[in-house]
Amino acid sequence: MASNAQAIATPAHTVRPQLSRDDRIMRGFILLVGVWMVVTVLLPLYFMLSKSLEDRGGDFVGLVNYAAYFSTPALFYSIGNSLTIAAVSTVFTISLAFVYAYALTRSCMIGKGTFRVIALVPLLAPSLLPAISFVYLFGNQGIIKGLLGGNTIYGPIGIVMGEVFYTFPHALMIMVVALATADGRLYEAAVSLRAGPVRTFFTVTLPGIKYGLISAVFVVFTLVITDFGIPKVIGGQYNVLATDIYKQVIGQQNFQMGAVVSVVLLIPAVAAFIADRIIQGRQTAALTSSSVAYEPKPRRSYDLAMTGYCALIGFMILGIVGMAAYASFVQFWPYNLTLVLKNYNFDVMDGGGWASFYNSLRMAAYTAVFGTAIIFTGAYMVEKARGFGAVRGGIQFLCILPMAVPGMVLGLAYIFFFNHPDNPLNFIYGTMAILVIVTITHFYTVSHLTAITALKQMDREFESVSSSLKVPFYKTFVRVTVPVCMPAILDVSIYLFVNAMTTVSAVIFLYSPDTALASVAALNMDDAGDIAPAAAMCMMIFYAAATVRILHVLATRGLARRTQAWRTR
Amino acid sequence: MGLGKYSRLLGGMALAAVAIGLVGGKAIAATELTVYTAVEAEDLKKYAERFNEDHPDININWVRDSTGIVTAKLLAEKNNPQADVIWGLAATSLLLFKGEGMLEPYAAKGVDKLDPKFRDKADPPSWVGMDAWVASICYNTVEAEKAKLPLPTSWADLLNPVYKGQIIMPNPASSGTGFLDVSSWLQLFGEDEGWKFMDGLHENIARYTHSGSKPCKLAAAGEIPIGISFAFRAAKSKAEGAPLEIVIPKEGIGWDMEATAIVKGTKNMDAAKTLVDWSISKKANEMYNEGYAVVAMPGIAKPVEHFPPNVAEKMIDNDFEWAASNRERILAEWQKRYDSKSEAK
Repeated sequence: MASNAQAIATPAHTVRPQLSRDDRIMRGFILLVGVWMVVTVLLPLYFMLSKSLEDRGGDFVGLVNYAAYFSTPALFYSIGNSLTIAAVSTVFTISLAFVYAYALTRSCMIGKGTFRVIALVPLLAPSLLPAISFVYLFGNQGIIKGLLGGNTIYGPIGIVMGEVFYTFPHALMIMVVALATADGRLYEAAVSLRAGPVRTFFTVTLPGIKYGLISAVFVVFTLVITDFGIPKVIGGQYNVLATDIYKQVIGQQNFQMGAVVSVVLLIPAVAAFIADRIIQGRQTAALTSSSVAYEPKPRRSYDLAMTGYCALIGFMILGIVGMAAYASFVQFWPYNLTLVLKNYNFDVMDGGGWASFYNSLRMAAYTAVFGTAIIFTGAYMVEKARGFGAVRGGIQFLCILPMAVPGMVLGLAYIFFFNHPDNPLNFIYGTMAILVIVTITHFYTVSHLTAITALKQMDREFESVSSSLKVPFYKTFVRVTVPVCMPAILDVSIYLFVNAMTTVSAVIFLYSPDTALASVAALNMDDAGDIAPAAAMCMMIFYAAATVRILHVLATRGLARRTQAWRTR
Repeated sequence: MGLGKYSRLLGGMALAAVAIGLVGGKAIAATELTVYTAVEAEDLKKYAERFNEDHPDININWVRDSTGIVTAKLLAEKNNPQADVIWGLAATSLLLFKGEGMLEPYAAKGVDKLDPKFRDKADPPSWVGMDAWVASICYNTVEAEKAKLPLPTSWADLLNPVYKGQIIMPNPASSGTGFLDVSSWLQLFGEDEGWKFMDGLHENIARYTHSGSKPCKLAAAGEIPIGISFAFRAAKSKAEGAPLEIVIPKEGIGWDMEATAIVKGTKNMDAAKTLVDWSISKKANEMYNEGYAVVAMPGIAKPVEHFPPNVAEKMIDNDFEWAASNRERILAEWQKRYDSKSEAK
């Protein structure tokens, strides 16, 4: 992309070798964005790497900590556990989500809109929620524990089930996009060549969605291996890398070993990320201007089966959320099922009380506002500036990198970097600001890519025309670019808000008594054995995220009428 | 026009309010004390309210977590302490801090009225005790009957294979209750026999929890028939209506005391001293007695509802100095042996 930009920029240089005022301002902004990314991503990770090579006193000891790690079976067994959980969960999630996506795009079943909304419900809940819900469904007092056939939910089975719930919408969204763009001519050809449905599936459908499928596999794998909430609540004694980091740091204040486990966890996450980038790089346009969109034709029994399947999955998703909602009102599970509000009396429990919920709302609002401003401006500068290719390429890389960094690892890296006594920025340690910054960074990549996609849809002519009319670029930015990209900007802000409400892993090491957060409170309440209040707090997060989502849908509709009228002809 | 006038009026009022707030705030400026604690969360409000009845000018900011976490946090902050006072943390931990030179010795008013067991031996003492917090077994009668589990009466009973996968206990690395269990077994049975006992117990443990109250809460909710926890928690859960039998094993029970100390380097020394004085007052001891059967001031304690009556006589002769100085070694050994239940056995 950078080389592309340069190709366009080069003729401008030959005509006008002098940097314009616009160029200078833009380069100033680009440098600012670059500094921001270096401070929030690169330096913390560097400090963490170097911490893993130090002893407790802070002296460089080489690979001693790694040697200790690999000679402690209780620690390195977790690598196998993490990979197993991630692989198994990925297989289940991808299979279930594929059929669901197939039903949404390639059948004429009823209620597609409703099923699509239901499938996205897990995005609104912290990953603790399915785990807590499973305690009530499949725990020793679970209402349907018989379905497990005598196996315990506390361990790999529970973790995998929770991860499938949590990653399902992520896989589904990718595969719906992949399946939605199909060339109908290929299917007509298959029919006229008398290929059976199975053969058509393997020779037409699968190759068509290959890249989407691979992308979904990597996304799910990374989400699972880096997730912390589910194994923490329901993992029992089944240790995984993410919970090991927590135990080392919170349980034993052994930061060096925490850093070592972080590096170990970083490896599979980064590997999955690189593999995905390489494979996606090979993708070529599947749809051309002569393509004919594929239209599913009604087939009664097939459509009915698909409706049944989606209804079953949808029922399970709503059932899991519903179970937590119900349990949060129960007086004393399982002996007294009177419905009461006492579990919402957070102020007499661990975790930070109602204040933590309001803190979360504030944190999420700050993250949405500042995050969107920083990310969108950054994307604009990287995308629209002329020249400066190498710097822009480097920044682009730093913008994509956070995707591969697990939240726990990022949080721990922030402790090492921002709590360093010589860091001039260490005054933000223990404040709301560091929580906002870590959350923005943690969710930077997806937001950045969304902004870039929206910006790419805008012709560069806008900038060229305005600069030839001597309108400074920032006026064009405020008056044209921002309004045109408003849907994407809102998408980014809502994505940041919802994730800031639900995230646990990035903030668990960084909150202070004054800035306790709802998701962390839920985790701590579960830790203390107050499971029903933890369910109640998860539901509060869910309601908040859902409310904001609904407001967003309404706002987008109103806004689309005002700013997007130009799209309709 | 009217609107403009109205908003100007509002603005003026807001300004006045801010001014009053500034002046007024200064007049009754409360001292803010940061207090680290492991006291059960549901009691914190009560503790602060009772204290504020006598000292409304001191505001307590609680930082609460499990004993192990608070201990680790204080150790980590050793060179840059954030806490002013520690109120309600295991004496074993305070002994450790004393050894690190992290506590400010202070002879609190009325310290001579305490049971000598409940204070640091040095003069002036580095810490003063509040109440004893004793191990016990929470046994869920309903679930035990379903699984046909006999009522255990001793620690040794828990090794019976019939309990396989039916017991939960706290992880001693993060939980003070877990540590007092482990340290009491090592003192009761001797090091070799103690570890042998834990090897056997490990076979029956379903999982280890992060906090000391969770095993009893899980037993109360029937998630597990037997939880190794502490008597205070057990009595509370029973009062809430849980079908619990509270067992005091006949070999004797481990205990630790909750204690109070001033953190060296506090910028609020006067307020810190006021709090420590109050923490050993008669009123405070009566407050502790609402949940704990054994408190620091002799002659105060009344029987606590649902609390087993024989607790005081079953408390072992606990060697806190030994427990504190061997804590790190014991935990390392424990982790090596039991930290991963998923390991091949």
